[in-house]
Amino acid sequence: MSFRIIVLAKQVPDTRNVGKDAMKADGTVNRAALPAIFNPEDLNALEMALKVKDSIPGAEILIVSMGPGRAAEIIRESMYRGADGGVLVSDRKFAGSDTLATSYTLSLAVKKLAPYHLLIAGRQAIDGDTAQVGPQTAEKLEIPQITYAEDVVAVDSSSITIKRRLERGIEVVKSPYPCAVTVHGSAAPCRPRNAKLVMKFKHARTLSELQEETKDYTEMRADRPYLNILEWSVDDIQADVEKLGLSGSPTKVKKIDNVVLQAKESRQFSSDEKDIDQLMKELIASHIVG
Amino acid sequence: MNNVFVYCEITEEGHVAEVSLELLSKGRKLANELGIKLEAVSIGDDLSHVPEEVFPYGVDVVHLADDKRLFPFTTLPHASIITKLFEQEKPEVALFGATSIGRDLAPRVASALRCGLTADCTSLEIGDHTEAKAGKTYKNLLYQIRPAFGGNIIATIINPDTRPQMATVREGVMKKEVAENAKQGIVQMIPVEEFVKPEDFVVEIIERHIEAQKINIKGAQIVVAGGYGVGSKENFNLLYDLAEVLGGQVGASRAAVDAGYVDHARQIGQTGVTVRPKLYIACGISGAVQHRAGMDQASMIISINTDPAAPINAIADYYINGTVADVVPRMIKYYKQNSK
Repeated sequence: MSFRIIVLAKQVPDTRNVGKDAMKADGTVNRAALPAIFNPEDLNALEMALKVKDSIPGAEILIVSMGPGRAAEIIRESMYRGADGGVLVSDRKFAGSDTLATSYTLSLAVKKLAPYHLLIAGRQAIDGDTAQVGPQTAEKLEIPQITYAEDVVAVDSSSITIKRRLERGIEVVKSPYPCAVTVHGSAAPCRPRNAKLVMKFKHARTLSELQEETKDYTEMRADRPYLNILEWSVDDIQADVEKLGLSGSPTKVKKIDNVVLQAKESRQFSSDEKDIDQLMKELIASHIVG
Repeated sequence: MNNVFVYCEITEEGHVAEVSLELLSKGRKLANELGIKLEAVSIGDDLSHVPEEVFPYGVDVVHLADDKRLFPFTTLPHASIITKLFEQEKPEVALFGATSIGRDLAPRVASALRCGLTADCTSLEIGDHTEAKAGKTYKNLLYQIRPAFGGNIIATIINPDTRPQMATVREGVMKKEVAENAKQGIVQMIPVEEFVKPEDFVVEIIERHIEAQKINIKGAQIVVAGGYGVGSKENFNLLYDLAEVLGGQVGASRAAVDAGYVDHARQIGQTGVTVRPKLYIACGISGAVQHRAGMDQASMIISINTDPAAPINAIADYYINGTVADVVPRMIKYYKQNSK
């Protein structure tokens, strides 16, 4: 049995670079103005998978991503960097999934790819910052979890030893297979694209993407099966629709408030010594300091 | 049955963690409002001192799973114990610290119980909810309020149909306060052998280096915080000087931490700690929402910035237009000459 590594990756809106046009006039988030990117910690996860692959001959990496059709972009991006293939789990029925419904869906896709040794994912996605999907998917699969992984200390055919980054230190733990690993942003950054792999995989497509292409690639794809990015729907993973999307999500969003600055009457001072003295005098007099 | 539960984390030094005591304080208030009891659960090795640490916060019942194999924390045995206990006790609400441990454990438990969990709540309230479509009204739900989408929105999350209603909360967000009329509660021992399986112990800890928490900016009454606009590690020394004369602590924005001016332990904001000092001096901090989420409850805010349009100025009580290098030494000088 070859050594199989599954990496969970998500395409996310780039919430870190919220510019001026990212907010609409009514104060809501303009998602269209945010570029879709590879979730940063999932790139750390991919690098960790590649490091394991480098040390285990014959190991293969498969990417699993849940999202709309365009999320195939991050599967291709992973292939350019060394992944062997991937599955896009995509269906309108997944819309509105919270972390529980998402992990149910992902766990079914992962089960379909069994047997596997390692399930690796980023610690959290920047659009939600919950860090829940990794542990919840591990629970659904009934496998152990190692969270906040920073580095692989040792790996062989029977176990993996991982250094974890905790809030007040580090811990080194060892787990048998299969196990789930969530990777912290302090882990090694992902290696860049490899030019040969870009050439090899640049025509990799999902079936839906193919239907939008003008040129006919049927023959080329028959010769090179690795150009097929799998695309699975609810039926393909035999999911119970009650456990998906909104109906499978115990958490509901009751209300969304946009963050609006509440302007206070602020008093202005210059950096002149006279002004600073006046401010400090007031602070001392009102017992704020001293 | 149907009470408020708080998972009380055990620190390296063997005590109940600060964040857990903060959650007990909040849990007591929620339990009072709902007319139910507050219960605590601790898992570890040698927990005999835990009851006396938690009873002052108004705990009615404390559940203890005491076993040599349960410290240090590993996910599977703790998750098995909490899951079984919750299946038995059917809590209404369950709160966990949003720590390395809580954020590892709570999702695993929520998944096993198929219930909802909201991460990193900044506020917890009790309220009703009407499902417009079904015309159904839910009484006394837990409103789990948290920033989302990179801090650009604040979402109120509810779990209408599943129990427990689970949430994690970061350290420093809730206020720690002992309960009025706190009594001696009941101690319940969890039969560990019946709650864990041998295969829960497959993950082995090889090595640990955990440091005691040295920097405590969370409890500081005065915080002098620097951002990218401080300009250099050397300029940050001015902030340490000011903090020292005022008796405060130095904090930082994420940009300053990323630039290497200061250690991550001092980061304030959504991905750092939350502070609520009586005075917050923001030096060269523009005031992104993620940062403001960690400091906007300060009683008084002074912003020192060269940019009059910096968002932080809008929430500041005083805005000083100038550079850190000009302003901070003048503040120190005046204070040294005029304080008693």
